[in-house]
Amino acid sequence: MQIKCYINNRLFNEVIEPDMLLIDFLRHTGFTSVKRGCDTANCGLCTVWVNEKTVLSCSVLAASVNGKHITTLEGVEDEAIAFGKFVADEGAEQCGYCSPGFIMSVLSMKRELNDPTEEEIKHYLSGNLCRCTGYMGQLRAIKKFLQQGKDGA
Amino acid sequence: MKVVSQSIDKLDAMALVTGKPVYTNDIAPQNCLIVKVLRSPHAYAKILSIKTDTALKVPGIACILTYKDVPNKRFTMAGQSYPEPSPYDRLILDQYVRYVGDPVAIVAGDSEKAVQKALKLIKAEYEVFKPILDPEEAIDNNTVIHTEEDYHVNFDIGNDVKRNICCSGGFESGNVDEAFEKCDVIVDEVYHTKANNQAMMETFITYTHMDYNGRLNIVSSTQIPFHVRRIAARALDIPKAKVRVIKPRIGGGFGAKQTVVSELFPAIVTLKTGKPAKMIFDRYETFAASTSRHEMKIRAKVGSDKDGNIKAIHITTLSNTGAYGEHGPTTVGLSGHKTMPLYNKAGAFKFEFQVVYTNTMSAGAFRGYGATQGAFALESAINELAAKLNMDPTILRQKNLLEEGEVLTAYHGETLRSCTLNSCINKGKELIKWDEKYPYKRISDHKVRAVGTAITMQGSGIAGIDIASVQIRLNDDGYYTLLVGATDMGTGCDTILGQMAAECLECDMDKIVVNGVDTDQSPYDTGSYASSTTYVTGMSVIKACKKLRDQMLTEASKILKVEKDTLEFDGQKIYNEEKSITLDKLAQELVVGDGNYLMASASHSSPYSPPPFMAGFVEIELDTETGQITVIDYFGIVDCGTPINPKLARIQVEGGIAQGIGMALCEDITYTELGKMKNNSFMQYKIPSRRDVGNIKVAFESSYEPTGPFGAKSIGEVVINTPPPAVAHAVYNAAGVNIRSLPITSEKILKGIMAKR
Ligand code: FES
Ligand code: FES
Repeated sequence: MQIKCYINNRLFNEVIEPDMLLIDFLRHTGFTSVKRGCDTANCGLCTVWVNEKTVLSCSVLAASVNGKHITTLEGVEDEAIAFGKFVADEGAEQCGYCSPGFIMSVLSMKRELNDPTEEEIKHYLSGNLCRCTGYMGQLRAIKKFLQQGKDGA
Repeated sequence: MKVVSQSIDKLDAMALVTGKPVYTNDIAPQNCLIVKVLRSPHAYAKILSIKTDTALKVPGIACILTYKDVPNKRFTMAGQSYPEPSPYDRLILDQYVRYVGDPVAIVAGDSEKAVQKALKLIKAEYEVFKPILDPEEAIDNNTVIHTEEDYHVNFDIGNDVKRNICCSGGFESGNVDEAFEKCDVIVDEVYHTKANNQAMMETFITYTHMDYNGRLNIVSSTQIPFHVRRIAARALDIPKAKVRVIKPRIGGGFGAKQTVVSELFPAIVTLKTGKPAKMIFDRYETFAASTSRHEMKIRAKVGSDKDGNIKAIHITTLSNTGAYGEHGPTTVGLSGHKTMPLYNKAGAFKFEFQVVYTNTMSAGAFRGYGATQGAFALESAINELAAKLNMDPTILRQKNLLEEGEVLTAYHGETLRSCTLNSCINKGKELIKWDEKYPYKRISDHKVRAVGTAITMQGSGIAGIDIASVQIRLNDDGYYTLLVGATDMGTGCDTILGQMAAECLECDMDKIVVNGVDTDQSPYDTGSYASSTTYVTGMSVIKACKKLRDQMLTEASKILKVEKDTLEFDGQKIYNEEKSITLDKLAQELVVGDGNYLMASASHSSPYSPPPFMAGFVEIELDTETGQITVIDYFGIVDCGTPINPKLARIQVEGGIAQGIGMALCEDITYTELGKMKNNSFMQYKIPSRRDVGNIKVAFESSYEPTGPFGAKSIGEVVINTPPPAVAHAVYNAAGVNIRSLPITSEKILKGIMAKR
């Protein structure tokens, strides 16, 4: 079947199998930042945005994004760098495999939650697993990143 | 120091946070054959017949391989230096399948769909045997798991394969029986640690292709590129010279990738078809067809006089290596040798062990490597001893602690050259407010807050066996290339080794290019495991830089026409009182005319494996009605010698503690009665999320290790060991219940509470 959608604001017109998953479609189209960590929708590595809302790309069909806007980490590189600097500053990207999904969730949280508490942050991101860092460094990076936003710096 | 001991960003940080294509599957060519494996549904069976003709007719199928098509050369998948202690008990495909998940056939085709379809059309008939699932029933069972005639061990490991014993042995110093007789108080209990999955976020992924020289190229997410080269050559029965292994960035390993898990399947497909091939383990396979932590039942007997002077320790370990012996003979040793030495003053030590085969998935390497299991047993026993003595367990420990300068009898007679464990305990007590909180505080009629503690040690590399080499080159613009064979698996070792080189050559980090692993180009390194990289590879960096510096002075003295020993190097220029040449100029001159392009290499292997230490302190909240347990705070105080990069060291500690909390509270591989793994996804095998780990806080009490680079020891593994015994201790302090079997679930706690009432 044919689908038409925007990935990172670029129009794609592709022929796909009807049962193709969005994650495979994106990786196949060259957006390899999107990672697969499980087969049961439990890890959050594959998080992307569909029409600005976070979605697990392993759990939706590519066919379902017909006519929609998809954003992957490649599409928000400036923001990824801005936040990523805080992460690097904490040494909180270890293997980095969880980073793309995690950062997509953080950037979306920043849009949705105003001045979240620590509990709210943990709750919002609880679907994004990381096996390396123990989460604390990520939390420190998030807090500093949000703080900077508040300071208007 | 200018660069060492600085919290420098990881070299690959920005590539990782912007999602650049740096992992194996990101760079695999699109035209790879897709490789998948048909796996055994039986825990123990012989393949009687296997029909592939219908499956082969599926359009797009390139090849299907069965046990008849693979070389008949047994090997071990364990990534260890040759001759490996692990038995040669594997084939790529075998006529016997020994656990649910063992490979039966390899299928390769153009598309995932074709391969999936073909997999369903393969017809295999089996003679099914009664499996052994309980390690306590393994020895002298009627079922014998390895009956093959070409089963092979490289040297004496106390193997008795007909009795299902992979390995056995022991050690004694002093007279334990006599010492126990004189003890006033004895704890003698059995502790059970379970199989755990490493659960790194990137599964096992490999792609292979033939290069223009007709050599097999293996690109893989591995911790052990050089071992992969050797093992693949043996398993595929081709010369090592025909194999090249490349390691891109890795999405975590934790020991899982210290074993050859995914490499051989696409490799044999490429050899047979000449085509590029790719194998991606899905998460189910990553759980159920790889290697786990060894399940162990450890009897710990500890005795002391009535004042708490520990007199004797006796550890007896039964370890379950599963269907194959990967890392079986080596992990078990750590359960005794990396636990008992903490109480070196005891004087009498005994350690006995048996490692047995069962029809469960093979165990392998997982961060901590046996020391983690041993720590749960011995540290729990020490906490129980303190309770019997009615003594604060931190004081009991401090009374008996090993000290600098002592010869550690139970640690291969090594002399302890650096240790601040005593201050780690003091610091931890202060941070958690131990004296105020120990043992517990009731906060409501059914909620209690309690603290718990444990200490631990690990090693730094494998003394006298593992070796690391590096090469450093001076390039024509006055910058350096550092070639390393050690494997950065997210740990940041490329950065740390670069920092050491920058320190030695007195330059900024941007003058050092660090190049990861390609067995054709990188100098030999046994790989990143056994907490070896900082300590062992670090020393080779120092040696190589020293050599290069010396060569630079030699060349400069020729150009400047002055005596070499009048010259100095300050990182920018080489000079004496009269003359000088800049590094840039020198480097330029060395690559023209009769110049001499400079490179230096060095290898290092250490006769010692100095232990890093950690004291762990936890505060939990326990609901005594439901048994529900919440981790509030976890403090890890670490002696890793000099932290080369404090922020990366800190993340190692935080990450290790989080994994340890997972092991303590929820991670547990279990099997059905027929031997099928029940927890083969993140749905059934829960790893901690960010809501499960409480607040992890880290402090360093640095010692200086004279045999290490800039005083450093290791950090990667020691950090995972304390949570299971510390949490068990806190539960005891909260509810008076000793949980001696992991994980520490609310069911077990509640059962204990009920039994007491
Ligand atoms: S891949 Fe794990 S949630 Fe999508
Ligand atoms: S950094 Fe490795 S999984 Fe998060």
